[in-house]
Amino acid sequence: MNTTRRDLLTAALTAAGAAVTSDLARAQEHDHQAVPSDPTLRVKALESLLVAKGIVDRAALDALVDTYEHKVGPRNGARVVARAWRDGAYKHRLLINSTAAMAELGYGGAQGEQMVVLENSAKVHNLVVCTLCSCYPWPVLGLPPVWYRSAAYRSRSVIDPRGVLREFGLEIADDVEVRVWDSTAELRYLVLPERPAGTENMSEAELAALVTRDSMVGVGKVTAQRAGTRT
Amino acid sequence: MNGIHDMGGMQDMGPVLPDKDQRVFHAAWEGRVFALDMAVDGDWTGAAERYQIELIPPADYLRMSYYEKWVTRLVELMVKTSLVTRAEIESGKAIERTTKAGHVLSVAEVAALIAPGSSASENLSVTAHFKVRQRVRARNMNPEGHTRLPRYTRGKLGTVERDYGVAVFPDTRAHGLGDKPQHVYSVRFAARELWGDQASRRDSVYVDMWDDYLEPA
Repeated sequence: MNTTRRDLLTAALTAAGAAVTSDLARAQEHDHQAVPSDPTLRVKALESLLVAKGIVDRAALDALVDTYEHKVGPRNGARVVARAWRDGAYKHRLLINSTAAMAELGYGGAQGEQMVVLENSAKVHNLVVCTLCSCYPWPVLGLPPVWYRSAAYRSRSVIDPRGVLREFGLEIADDVEVRVWDSTAELRYLVLPERPAGTENMSEAELAALVTRDSMVGVGKVTAQRAGTRT
Repeated sequence: MNGIHDMGGMQDMGPVLPDKDQRVFHAAWEGRVFALDMAVDGDWTGAAERYQIELIPPADYLRMSYYEKWVTRLVELMVKTSLVTRAEIESGKAIERTTKAGHVLSVAEVAALIAPGSSASENLSVTAHFKVRQRVRARNMNPEGHTRLPRYTRGKLGTVERDYGVAVFPDTRAHGLGDKPQHVYSVRFAARELWGDQASRRDSVYVDMWDDYLEPA
């Protein structure tokens, strides 16, 4: 394997890219600041118009924001993962019919109508991307983070997954197979990360607290230390 | 369409910058745009929504934030389908109550959005033209409309790994040309088939492909 050459290439490309596209990178990092006009006023006017025309109900809009800020998110996925780690029969069902197994825990709905779970192991590392858009398994991970929607992630994950993973601090050994899943259809993918050593006596809730969002997209690994503020 | 949205394999977009917090919306207006987009029951398909974003000119596409693209799409689709008029958008005033509005989403129905039960796959009997483990080639085609066939796979050899069942076809649905339900497969492409020797011999990319995107190898 020509890891060294690839490393050099990646470093050179990254440096060149950072120099040339620093504005773009900043725009991706501070997604909301890239908007030129005053979006707050513009969106407020649009909302008022649609309410006045009887097209939307403002209370439903409030409920939508609340739902996706507070009721749906990576803690759902973490519970699925923790259950699979502790319950072999559940894990089996999860891998065979992911949608039904998630429904057992009450998770499903928009952007999770047809789920597929990908199991990471010592030999296989799965990574999920949507090169054409930003498709993401909402019921178990919530709405996608800025980096997942960024041009950098969408473009490079398929051609240089190991380089992208390195930017997340993840070095994948040469003898591990990297599988990238490009979500081009209506299937939505969730990675089942490897259970870390030293967690054999943990409860499901303790295990779920270890599981990070990034590990379920495939850009992170789960460690035996509690997640805390990590992503 | 060979648009800017078809990004797989580009190399000049800079490093991936992980987020420093996990806030869902980084400004209140982003949440309102998301909610409006979910709530408006327009006379268009999900595929048409995707295509509307793809129609944003490339320079704007790269400059705009995610939710600015969403609000742009929503306005364009509502104007196209006469749900609102351009004059109403510009004045912010309702000139008349719309007669074209569909169902108005209620608070109670929001809960159903996150409830299990609906399915993206169609319970239809449609002939599968390919089998699991079969060698296939992604067709070399360049439609000007909406497609989910990424450029980086066209003409490349792969293997059917899974048959996901039947789904409606976005390439026709985006343009009001019917559902054209057909099988969707997970097709595995060796990284070296896609990118040459610079890629790892072990790695691969799995792409979800409708029947119409494939031909026997």
